[in-house]
Amino acid sequence: MNRGLGRLVLGRLGASAFSLVFVIVAIFTITAALPGDVADTLLGQGATAGATAALRHAMGLDQPAWLRFWHWLDSMLHADPGRSLLTGRPVAELIGLRLYNSLLLAGATAAVSVPASLALGLACTMRQGSRFDRFVTTALLGVVSVPVFLLATVAVFVFAVQFRVAPALADINAVHSVWQFIRVFFMPVITLAGATTAQMSRMIRACMIDVFSAPWIEMAVLKGVPPVRIVLFHALPNAIGPVVNAIALSLSSLLGGVVVVETVFNYPGMAGLMVDSVAARDVPVVQCCALIFCVAYLFLTTLADVVAVASTRRGGSH
Amino acid sequence: MAPGIAAIPSARRLSRREVFGIAAGAGAASALFGRAARAAGAPVRGGHLRFAGLTGSTADTLDPARMSVASDYVRGKSFYDGLMALDDRMIPQPALAERLESDDFQTWHVTLRRDVAFHDGATLTAADVVYSLNRHKDPAVASQQWMAAQEMSRVRATGPLTVEIELVGPNVDFPSLLGMDNFAIIRDGTKDFSTANGTGPFVCTGFQPGIRTTGRRNAGFWGVPAWLDTIDLIAIADDMSRHDALLSGDVDIIASANPRLVRMLRARGFGLMESPVGTYTDLAIRLDQMPGSSADFVTGIKYLFDREQVRDSVFLGYARIGNDHPIPPEDPNYAADLPQTMHDPDRARFHLKKSGMGGRDLELFCSPTALASVDIAVLLQYAAERAGMALGIRRMPVDGYWSQYWMKTPMSFGNTNARPSTDMTFALSFGSRAPLNESRWRDPRFDALLLQARAERNEGVRRRIYHDMQAMIRDGSGVCIPAFTTSLDAFDPKVRGLRPNRAGQLMGYGFTRSVWLDNAVGHP
Repeated sequence: MNRGLGRLVLGRLGASAFSLVFVIVAIFTITAALPGDVADTLLGQGATAGATAALRHAMGLDQPAWLRFWHWLDSMLHADPGRSLLTGRPVAELIGLRLYNSLLLAGATAAVSVPASLALGLACTMRQGSRFDRFVTTALLGVVSVPVFLLATVAVFVFAVQFRVAPALADINAVHSVWQFIRVFFMPVITLAGATTAQMSRMIRACMIDVFSAPWIEMAVLKGVPPVRIVLFHALPNAIGPVVNAIALSLSSLLGGVVVVETVFNYPGMAGLMVDSVAARDVPVVQCCALIFCVAYLFLTTLADVVAVASTRRGGSH
Repeated sequence: MAPGIAAIPSARRLSRREVFGIAAGAGAASALFGRAARAAGAPVRGGHLRFAGLTGSTADTLDPARMSVASDYVRGKSFYDGLMALDDRMIPQPALAERLESDDFQTWHVTLRRDVAFHDGATLTAADVVYSLNRHKDPAVASQQWMAAQEMSRVRATGPLTVEIELVGPNVDFPSLLGMDNFAIIRDGTKDFSTANGTGPFVCTGFQPGIRTTGRRNAGFWGVPAWLDTIDLIAIADDMSRHDALLSGDVDIIASANPRLVRMLRARGFGLMESPVGTYTDLAIRLDQMPGSSADFVTGIKYLFDREQVRDSVFLGYARIGNDHPIPPEDPNYAADLPQTMHDPDRARFHLKKSGMGGRDLELFCSPTALASVDIAVLLQYAAERAGMALGIRRMPVDGYWSQYWMKTPMSFGNTNARPSTDMTFALSFGSRAPLNESRWRDPRFDALLLQARAERNEGVRRRIYHDMQAMIRDGSGVCIPAFTTSLDAFDPKVRGLRPNRAGQLMGYGFTRSVWLDNAVGHP
């Protein structure tokens, strides 16, 4: 069984590698197709044809696309994402701090939302159809339907402006203790976790209900196994594949897809960097960000797949 | 006049050759200071000021040449100095230059202030000035003033503290150009702008583009030292978040307050500063293609603008009406006697009909990046409909608007910041060969007057020439300027010493140099 699993993991990794190559080509093609370039951005409204052309030449932007692609690929293979066209600073330095911030926010959000959604999803499954279940599912649907920016703005207005219990800005430099961490991260994490938890717990509930309709669960119920035991030891192991997939999908967007929360709380993360860099046509940074987002996504989905496959094999005894 | 507050150097012996009014500027400053002092109490040294600007991204820069948005200029004014500095009324005053002299307005002699130290300890010399000015002509520097810098044909050191600047032609207004933030003086050979090595009142202690900039008071500053101990500059692009940050006490001053929130801010005890800056949002109709090639069409559109409505509904009263030329009413050169073009549906209908453009596909290109242009376009569309002409609106994304649509389409909205002098305003945006001539208006007489004014010593004569030039733009060019905006900044009441400045919002971006905090713990 282990050999089989090993082969499967290898196969899945191979597929990911293939996706990555495709993504690399796609990233370059798309960034090259963006209208205008960094020379336009730098000169802004003051740009004249002569100045723009001269700057473009000085920056090497007038080289053919294939040559630029080759240079980029070559430096990426040497693990060197190059320098920002805008600031001249190393891309790694620009991204380093932001990536840390984003991972911190994503980690804190996951730490809150994964246990919360598992608990909610399982509780709803156990009392499927009950008033509790209907209330929770309706409430979660409500949370999913509210745009994040509204949630965040209302949170800021209530907690920061009216009651002044939390800062309006998530200033990571102000964090020197656990208590300060909680104060600063409270609102962004609650906002993000609200949306993520709602999404995840609904999916978990759906997966679990699927498993719950299996005849062997009915058998367990008839044999008098307590409900908590049925959910945790019988149903959950069998639903682990789809549940992990649901979690992975929800979490994968936390790195690059939280631009709204970053904007509202003025939190310097990866999503904001990506948006800035696209607007400024700072291609090396855009490419590096896109690559990191894709790698994170591939990593999470591959991990979920592997866990799912491993769990089905183990759970085959039922 | 008490020491402090005014960043303008105290009066010095002036050479007879000097051509700009230092005495007048100092008088105005002391009058203003008198008011501020009575209202606000004595300044206190110390404290930490947190400021949130509007624009912040990885494009943030500490390179004076590349600075292009208000947040950049705030950094620039904190860390750097120019040879000249524009005062409250946009009159250039000596800063790092102790004297700036010229006999013919073509060759200018700069005498530098003695014993000015850069933040790294080096002493300011002529070589720094030569380097700082000449680099604007290097395309790789990507200077915002590449075009303006072409006016300086040669910059060379004539001594350790003297520099000679040769212009391509005489220009009386040249001192204003040296007062622009982009022409700030940096250390000779500086290529790395990860920190700022200037001569300004604050020393840069941290710079993370798109995140924050920090500074502490420069103990060795050559001028009047700043009151604040430390400054913390961030930017919050989101309107609501920026106001929330002020309301929650996370920051002390915000730039670009939303006119819609003024009443709420005042009710909660926050201060608002209105700066009558010469920024305008204009509709540029290209005269070199349809439909702008018809003079009747352009005239018709000018009559369509309901300028009072633009001022009151779009800017909620925080604007001044424009007369289709770029000089704002508070400018001494403003031609007050020119008849104001008003909303006149009948005349508009007459001219538009005569132009014969009615059946064509006519579209206005606008974008949120050109301040208020979408709202103005909607008003214009409505007015046009009532005058019997259908105008389409193309609302373009912020991204790429300036490079792809502005000035490239037959009718596009632009947004232009005030230039430090009437000469620069005319030369950069209306001269026949000016690359930023939005409507492609060509008038050889205008170009001749521009050169004539530049070489004219007599201020009265120059003002008359500028008067005629305003009339020519108003009647001839395809640029419609319905209003000049009034910039709004909001602040916590503990921030003292703010006063409006014509050179730009936030005291011409230089507020860190002179504000103080009322609750600061006093320092010796």
